[in-house]
Amino acid sequence: MRSLIYLIVGIFFGIVLVKSEAASWFRIYEMFKFQAFHMYGIIGSAVGLGIVFIQLIKRSEVKSFFGESINIKDKEKSVKRYLIGGSLFGLGWALAGACPGPMYVLLGAGYLPIGVVILSAITGTYIYGLLKDKLPH
Amino acid sequence: MEFILEPWPWYVSGPCIALVLLVLTLLGKKFGMSSNLRTACAVMGAGKKVKFFDFNWQADKWNLIVVLGAFIGGYIGHNHLSSSKGVDLNPETVVDLNNLGFTDAGKYYMPTELFDYDVFFDFKTMALLIIGGFLVGFGTRYAGGCTSGHAISGLSNLQLPSLIAVIGFFIGGLSMIHLIFPLIF
Repeated sequence: MRSLIYLIVGIFFGIVLVKSEAASWFRIYEMFKFQAFHMYGIIGSAVGLGIVFIQLIKRSEVKSFFGESINIKDKEKSVKRYLIGGSLFGLGWALAGACPGPMYVLLGAGYLPIGVVILSAITGTYIYGLLKDKLPH
Repeated sequence: MEFILEPWPWYVSGPCIALVLLVLTLLGKKFGMSSNLRTACAVMGAGKKVKFFDFNWQADKWNLIVVLGAFIGGYIGHNHLSSSKGVDLNPETVVDLNNLGFTDAGKYYMPTELFDYDVFFDFKTMALLIIGGFLVGFGTRYAGGCTSGHAISGLSNLQLPSLIAVIGFFIGGLSMIHLIFPLIF
């Protein structure tokens, strides 16, 4: 039953990413060129509403659908890892035109070459895990 | 029904993404797609060699199911809920892309120069996809999240680290498109 809920959430998310064109390589390029409001509107309105949702949940101490308490963790404090890691991610995001959600959506949509990007992203994550302790964080 | 088949405007899409964040939070989970890449490594046995992947991935199975859903949603959305496959880009963007050699910019959902089947036999394109994917996978874990984990979830929770990460995303993205694209395309 729980699996079915996650599956439905995923299907909805996949459809939204296709229909919003947030999974399109072209829209990512256009965003980084500041030539359209579209992507900023999507992220901006999602975050605007998200702030309201998260604040309401935090203040109301509402339980999860399964009756467990909801704890939303703070991100660990640092600058280096977010700036360096984020910049590397941004380079890849603009080149491949896809971040980790849209990748799977595009594979489902039938763009097989994105499979190369997915395998390479898994490899990149593996190499990070290997080098983690040697990198500045 | 006609409305669904058209591309969705930002003021419909953004709130839909916020809804995904809301539902996952109310399910007691967090919205962050890149965790799947780490889980994938763990599932394939990377935990035996590298401590970072030695965790109980069974507990993260729900996130893999969300990915499976996103895959199915991608199939349905693209093949059954779209009347046109083009993207209505700013005409300036189309000109810029044409100048870079992307001749059919905006006519399809993805550039054929990078995502058509014959790219499997093109060394340069394969190299670009491999490098792009590698940077996404390495960078997202280094930064502790991607667009969903930082730009949506993190900013929604007013996290300064997420804002720093998003600034990083733009430093990288802007450098790629404004400095590196003219060199590689």
